[in-house]
Amino acid sequence: MITVEFLGPIQKPVLSMEASTLHDVARVLKEDSEMAQWIDSCAVAVNDMLVSTLDTVLKEGDKVSLLPPVCGG
Amino acid sequence: MLELYDGPLNVSEILTRWYAQESTSNYGAYIPFVGTVRAEDGIEGLSFDVYEPILNGWFDAWVQKVAPLGATLKMAHSRGDVLVHESSYIAAVFSPKRRVALETIEQFVEDFKASAPIWKYDLVNGERLYARERSTAIAGAGILGAKS
Repeated sequence: MITVEFLGPIQKPVLSMEASTLHDVARVLKEDSEMAQWIDSCAVAVNDMLVSTLDTVLKEGDKVSLLPPVCGG
Repeated sequence: MLELYDGPLNVSEILTRWYAQESTSNYGAYIPFVGTVRAEDGIEGLSFDVYEPILNGWFDAWVQKVAPLGATLKMAHSRGDVLVHESSYIAAVFSPKRRVALETIEQFVEDFKASAPIWKYDLVNGERLYARERSTAIAGAGILGAKS
């Protein structure tokens, strides 16, 4: 089981799901109509490290974070 | 050094303290950038969410990057609400000579705007409205939506 957290303005509670790679997470989120406005603009981190491929392998207890567009300052 | 505060920054205290911290470090240049909330489009202020774990990693990477140049970075940012004419952001570079500090402050602030995991909201009639049009997707964003 892994968890998926949604940061900043994405108003969604943490999800728990079975996933062996980020492909599995993407499949679930693409079916979620609430995520339609975010999915193409979010960066993804696994255990607080940004990742660049859906081939990223996930293991039990990993935390996936979705980071929508940013604007500090 | 990265400092986060709930609400607006005490700019004079922070700038003075940072100056004192490095006053005997033999730096010839201290270049701060202060970001202040402007009155525009009827907003009452801005509000910020900060994700500290990734922000800390991003800042630490910058500290490592400028260390070979002999430069030191300091940054302060607000969490929560910051009203018009208050300040939410300070970045500063100390370096032996001015050129490194001038170039670093520009690169650092631009990368901060594009990469730091901080989300900005306009405060309008007491509501927080995500400033989506002014926000930037982090480099590499969008992999979840790509065709697999």
